[in-house]
Amino acid sequence: MKRSTAIAGTAATAFVALGGAAMAFIWKPEIAPIDPSRLARFDPELVRKGANLAALGDCNTCHTAPDGQPFAGGLPLPTPVGVVYSTNITPDPDTGIGRWSEDAFRRAMREGVDRKGRYLYPAFPYDHFTLVSDADDEALYAFLMTRQPAHAAAPVNRLPFPLNQRPVLAGWNLLFLRRGPFKPDPAHDDLWNRGAYLVEGVGHCGACHTPRNLFGAEKRGEAFAGGEAEGWRAFPINASSPASVPWDADALYGYLRRGWHGLHGVARGPMAPVADNLASVPDSDVRAIAVYVASLMGEPAPERRRQGERLAADAEPFGSGGKPQSAGSQAAPPPQAAGGAGAAIYASACASCHESGRPAPYGGVNLALSTAINGETPRNLLNILLAGLPAADAVRAPIMPGFGAILTDTQIAALTSYLRSRFSAKPAWSDLPAQIREARDGEVAANPSSDARQTAATSH
Amino acid sequence: MVELTVNGQTHSVDGDPDTPLLYVLRDHLELNAAKYGCGLGQCGACTVMVDGEAIFSCVTPILLLEGRKVTTLEGLGAIEKPAPIQQAFIEEQAAQCGYCIAGMMMRAQALLQKNVRASDGEIRRALEPHLCRCGTHMRILKAVHRAAELMQAAAAKGAI
Repeated sequence: MKRSTAIAGTAATAFVALGGAAMAFIWKPEIAPIDPSRLARFDPELVRKGANLAALGDCNTCHTAPDGQPFAGGLPLPTPVGVVYSTNITPDPDTGIGRWSEDAFRRAMREGVDRKGRYLYPAFPYDHFTLVSDADDEALYAFLMTRQPAHAAAPVNRLPFPLNQRPVLAGWNLLFLRRGPFKPDPAHDDLWNRGAYLVEGVGHCGACHTPRNLFGAEKRGEAFAGGEAEGWRAFPINASSPASVPWDADALYGYLRRGWHGLHGVARGPMAPVADNLASVPDSDVRAIAVYVASLMGEPAPERRRQGERLAADAEPFGSGGKPQSAGSQAAPPPQAAGGAGAAIYASACASCHESGRPAPYGGVNLALSTAINGETPRNLLNILLAGLPAADAVRAPIMPGFGAILTDTQIAALTSYLRSRFSAKPAWSDLPAQIREARDGEVAANPSSDARQTAATSH
Repeated sequence: MVELTVNGQTHSVDGDPDTPLLYVLRDHLELNAAKYGCGLGQCGACTVMVDGEAIFSCVTPILLLEGRKVTTLEGLGAIEKPAPIQQAFIEEQAAQCGYCIAGMMMRAQALLQKNVRASDGEIRRALEPHLCRCGTHMRILKAVHRAAELMQAAAAKGAI
């Protein structure tokens, strides 16, 4: 009796001690609020530098809701486990970060903890931002604190228990967060290291381009091996890049800077806003990113290089501008090759643009150059077939009509199989019907904030 | 020979299967409401409905249309008996040159058939694929709202 009490007592003491240690580990203190009316003035040069970093980090892309004020948050981010809403990072004192000191901002970037000490979800890529330097955090802070404040509280996240309990993220951080700072690699030059710092840090390219594990963390051993982003495949940007013509630093630079490249096509889907932002940052930073990503991809094998050169030469009269932009829209379809229903649909509905010879980016890319058709999954091709490339707001961008309303699933499967067999040397995709269903469902799910899409969803 | 069902009537069309629906409508069936604008599916002037969905007829080969129901503006109503969408566009005088209007009306019709209570934002988003160079956009939007009211009124009357 006595002994068991003693054991129980020891166990209880140990439990409390352990719990205390865990609490000390989990618990993050609040950082004192600042008085927003007494916010320091910021040097315009610092603000400008912060604007560039914010563009490199695509802060506006997630922290802006459709038709919302920039940086005011509220965009739903669908994750495999639920929906997380982006927060308001304008300097509004009540709903934004107006009461955050620079220390609080830096802690959020480094540790994923907000000013009050609450854990942030890693939908906010602090696992990358932890590499951002003190000087760059200072500039980002200056930029954000000089935005127009917007009074906008983020909607409550829709997450199941226990994921709605933020302290569980302490465990996630213990397992997956590797704190900075960024360590330059002396074996490479400054440009490469600048690129590495931007890609791994504020640019957080791996957030989409690296596959994630069951806990939603990027898989360490598979950096840049391709991932998912909002219903799109983020292609591998390492040695396994499926690009038809191998990338090099010059091509990457042009693509990232302008949003398209004649031998690779256009940046669309979640890559479109990335390219839009990269149009505004210093040239040297885009060059640095291109150099680093090209080194991740490595030199192509001689055979792949030769194949790329062959494709580029074949595509010359078509995709890369053999004809002027004003070339007729009624280009005669090529004589119909054997290939059944898919070939017939391609010849009559696709070829008039994709073999028109009008230059990129507004002429349709020659599909032999299409990464989507050469990819591991048909998802991006299906997304584009179904929804097309809708006109973008306030920027010049290519347009493609969607064919989701007119093509039946059977017709889409026939067309997709034909495109794969004609324009790629890779094996046929398996399980197309399921992939097509998923892409059709995703058309609605990809943008849950759009009431138009919800209407479409409920009316079927 | 391809069989097409347009505005409830079946037609045997003597044309290549890769002929765009727009050419068949205008050249063979003399249904001239849908217009040739860009031929690229980028301006919306050629829009008609297939099974209730708005589509660009200029990039839709007729080989895709077996067993599908095509509806053009002529199929909605006529001068003597205009459909609500036509009535509304007349009442709001939404056309200037009119070239884009048939396409706009078909897109709006497809939207309102699915959701007669579409919000202003939904109407604007739905009409985004359509270009109008005269600039009657505000009247077009008013006309679509008016059409929605006419449709709701007609539905209410039908219910009584």
